[in-house]
Amino acid sequence: MTSIQSTARKRSTPTRPGDRIFRGTSIAAALTILATLAGVALFLTIEGIPGVLASPDEVKHGTTFIDYVVPLVFGTLLAAVLALALAIPVAIGVALYISHYAPRRLASTLGYIIDLLAAVPSVVYGVWGISFLATALVPVYSWLERTLGFIPLFAGPPSATGRTILTASIVLAVMVLPVITALCREIFLQTPRLHEEAALALGATRWEMARLAIFPYARSGIISASMLGLGRALGETMAVAMVLSASGVITFNLISSTNPSTIAANIALTFNEATGLTVNALIASGLVLFLITFLVNFAARAIVERRKDFSGAN
Amino acid sequence: MAKSIDVSDLNIYYGDFLAVEGVTIPVAARSVTAFIGPSGCGKSTFLRSLNRMHEVIRGARVDGKVLVDGQDLYADDMDPVNVRRMIGMVFQRPNPFPTMSIAENVLAGQKLNSKRMKKSEADDIVERSLRSAGLWNEVKDRLDRPGSGLSGGQQQRLCIARAIATQPEILLMDEPCSALDPISTSVIEDLIHELKKDYTIVIVTHNMQQAARVSDTTAFFNLAGVGQPGRLVEHGPTEKMFSNPEDPATEAYIQGRFG
Repeated sequence: MTSIQSTARKRSTPTRPGDRIFRGTSIAAALTILATLAGVALFLTIEGIPGVLASPDEVKHGTTFIDYVVPLVFGTLLAAVLALALAIPVAIGVALYISHYAPRRLASTLGYIIDLLAAVPSVVYGVWGISFLATALVPVYSWLERTLGFIPLFAGPPSATGRTILTASIVLAVMVLPVITALCREIFLQTPRLHEEAALALGATRWEMARLAIFPYARSGIISASMLGLGRALGETMAVAMVLSASGVITFNLISSTNPSTIAANIALTFNEATGLTVNALIASGLVLFLITFLVNFAARAIVERRKDFSGAN
Repeated sequence: MAKSIDVSDLNIYYGDFLAVEGVTIPVAARSVTAFIGPSGCGKSTFLRSLNRMHEVIRGARVDGKVLVDGQDLYADDMDPVNVRRMIGMVFQRPNPFPTMSIAENVLAGQKLNSKRMKKSEADDIVERSLRSAGLWNEVKDRLDRPGSGLSGGQQQRLCIARAIATQPEILLMDEPCSALDPISTSVIEDLIHELKKDYTIVIVTHNMQQAARVSDTTAFFNLAGVGQPGRLVEHGPTEKMFSNPEDPATEAYIQGRFG
């Protein structure tokens, strides 16, 4: 083994010690990440399987694992997707304003504020959501039910506390907004001057320039930023646990007082009192969340990959 | 279609810095005018002030008059967007939109100008523009492929096709061949000769032979000194400028005895 390596080394160009050390440390760093990920996956699987296989009378929730986890998956996805739907347009708008419209000083101030929002702990958002936003939204929800009640999303009856899945999604949207905005801003700023000028010289207005030069260039970056935001929204625990009044149902009704819970919030709220196989079931639900996040990332990669020819990277 | 340009007493600033001072020059319709001069003398800056692209840079401004067929481009009620739609521009480095196909690139300006187009109409514009730019035969089978997959010379001709697709009055070219090999350069020079029939062309070049080959009129820009603004030294018919210029600085520059 060593002799093969040493002959191979003789034939290749000599490496410098600095290169070797750097190569070694970066490989070690990369392997650490892989090992951590594998370790988490292994733990979740081993601890989770008994929970999956447990019969209804062995666990506290009294149902099979599938019946238990499906509403949670539904709630997790619904809250995260709603949050993204609310946050992405705003984030892109704010990022574009900062990068291309605002005067320089205002732009940097706004940039700082956005970065600051990202640093606020999620429990603070939770307190804000429960003590201010939920109450403030109660009249909005009854208005939504009165005027848009024919849409199943707003069928009502509206919650009296305002602690609905929609409120939770709005809190989540505010939380993921700075992440998406900050990334989009950086990407928008990197749009090649050459492409912006090409658009302007054709007689594009500023908005048309954004559509011709900035958005196409930033496309894959916007998707990546959104996926990071989605990751945060899927995994966010504290704010959802505090804001949402959950009852483990599957419903698209966004404003009523019966709401689906999310996996992360459910784990946080029930883990302390759980014993035996119930703990394993909760860990298994964590594994499901892990898998969802994985799938989401793969999907994002695939979307970016699909239009590689046109990405401008070649 | 092609229009003449009349510039009088144009001062061009970057913030407080006067970059180009007091340029007065007429440009005849359907002719090629070449701007030559050392780097940093304001040729490109002046060219960019002819379609109001100069002011895209923060703090950049202009005073003076630029008349296109008697219409002042810097009049208060003039929208720079409309000015740029009327005056096409080709840049130093080829800059097709990388996310668009060849055909979409050609139609990019068209889509800004008019909202809806029939498919046949769009196809006609693509073919006509690419033919005018001498690119049609090379790309007609891959119009839906990305423009960034073409060679540098082809990309530059694609940019020319994009600029003339909207049938502008004037075509500005900022060192269009500086990033290209001699063969692509000669293709583009031939193209300039062709385009002259329909467009007023203004070209900035560092290549003296190119100026001599393509232009009818040549204008020589120079710096008055270090830290001084650039200015137009003289302009005249290309033949005279290259054989018997009036200013000794022009002669020195053209003969390569500069600096």
